[in-house]
Amino acid sequence: MNEPELLGLADDELILGWRESEWTGIAPVLEEDVAFSSIAQNEIGHARAVYGLLASRFDAGRADASAPGQAPSGLRALDPDALAFDRRPEEYRCAPLVELRLCDWARTIARRWLYETADEVRITALKDDPDPEVAGLAAKIDREEVYHRMHAEMWHERLRDEPRFREAVEELWPYAVALLPEEQRPELAQRTSLELPSNSLLLDKERAAHTDELTELWDEMTSVRRSAPAGSQW
Amino acid sequence: MSRRFPPASRSARADASGPRSPVTESAVWAALEEIPDPEIPVVSLVDLGVIRSVDVRAGQVRVQFTPTFLGCPALEAMRSALEAKVAALGAEPEVQVITDDSWSTDRITPAGREKLREAGFAPPAPREPTKPRLAQLRSQVFRCPYCGSTETRLENIFGPTPCRSLRYCESCRQPFEQFKTI
Repeated sequence: MNEPELLGLADDELILGWRESEWTGIAPVLEEDVAFSSIAQNEIGHARAVYGLLASRFDAGRADASAPGQAPSGLRALDPDALAFDRRPEEYRCAPLVELRLCDWARTIARRWLYETADEVRITALKDDPDPEVAGLAAKIDREEVYHRMHAEMWHERLRDEPRFREAVEELWPYAVALLPEEQRPELAQRTSLELPSNSLLLDKERAAHTDELTELWDEMTSVRRSAPAGSQW
Repeated sequence: MSRRFPPASRSARADASGPRSPVTESAVWAALEEIPDPEIPVVSLVDLGVIRSVDVRAGQVRVQFTPTFLGCPALEAMRSALEAKVAALGAEPEVQVITDDSWSTDRITPAGREKLREAGFAPPAPREPTKPRLAQLRSQVFRCPYCGSTETRLENIFGPTPCRSLRYCESCRQPFEQFKTI
């Protein structure tokens, strides 16, 4: 099991789920309030499941010193909530694409479309993972993501000739490329019919090269958790 | 393959006092049949097909269940309900959440599908070898649970819970909820 890769996946889904939930109640039409709320709920559910799998492995690693699992530092307990909320912002493995606070519909839809297309490339690869638990969970996630992709496809169909949308895609494209490991990038370029950007454009957009927007999000996301003593029951 | 979420902190425990006759597997299934789905109470967890297995061994009952959607907010409520039902039978419950691809909407029982339809939820279409596509959701193959017409259109891929879409029946002019195929 590739732990950093899975942690990156879970962090992407958690942070993007958080970002998408910011549209609840203020989307341009009521149906999109419903859609974004559901998508956010699914993404955070995927994060929870992947954190759960990682936590069980870290736990097993602790019990069995011959196969130590490597938990990120600073964790009070090895459970999904601890992985989600008890790390410092710099310890998250998410890609800058999901951190951006996009207060604009065209850019939000551009990110949805780019993210779902990139996510499909990596989830498809994970379905063939030699670890059966990883492959099984990836297959389950894939079933749900199908509906996110349809939603993104529907909006892409509607907006693709709009100049504002095209500009947004152009701006966010390098971020989407940087979300994937290098070997998966050509596949993403093929699926989006976009040209891979030069490496110099990707430098500050690579995974774990965080933006200030993550720190602001983290501050809000973890505020309740941090306000209560460790081990509090809710 | 299965795996377990970390144990729930408020897990129900069997009452150790007083002798009881040993719990049987069929008694457990019958008890679980009584647990309503927290979001659509017209169907039980057994109707939904989310109970994968029941294993009775020396006063311990292991129940494996699969979430419909991973982000299901009722996951903990279902786990607690399962534990409470098993504990009420006088056995020690162990509930495992399975997060692989083994649950599909095809596992909803015929009785469960009928109960859904009667309550105004269109049951899911069968899972096909290829993934569902937008063109399919837009086609007129989905039947209105009220009048039976297939003259229905997609209103929203998403609905009040992750497992449902919204459709509108052109024939009886009734919006309805369509179970997604998973």
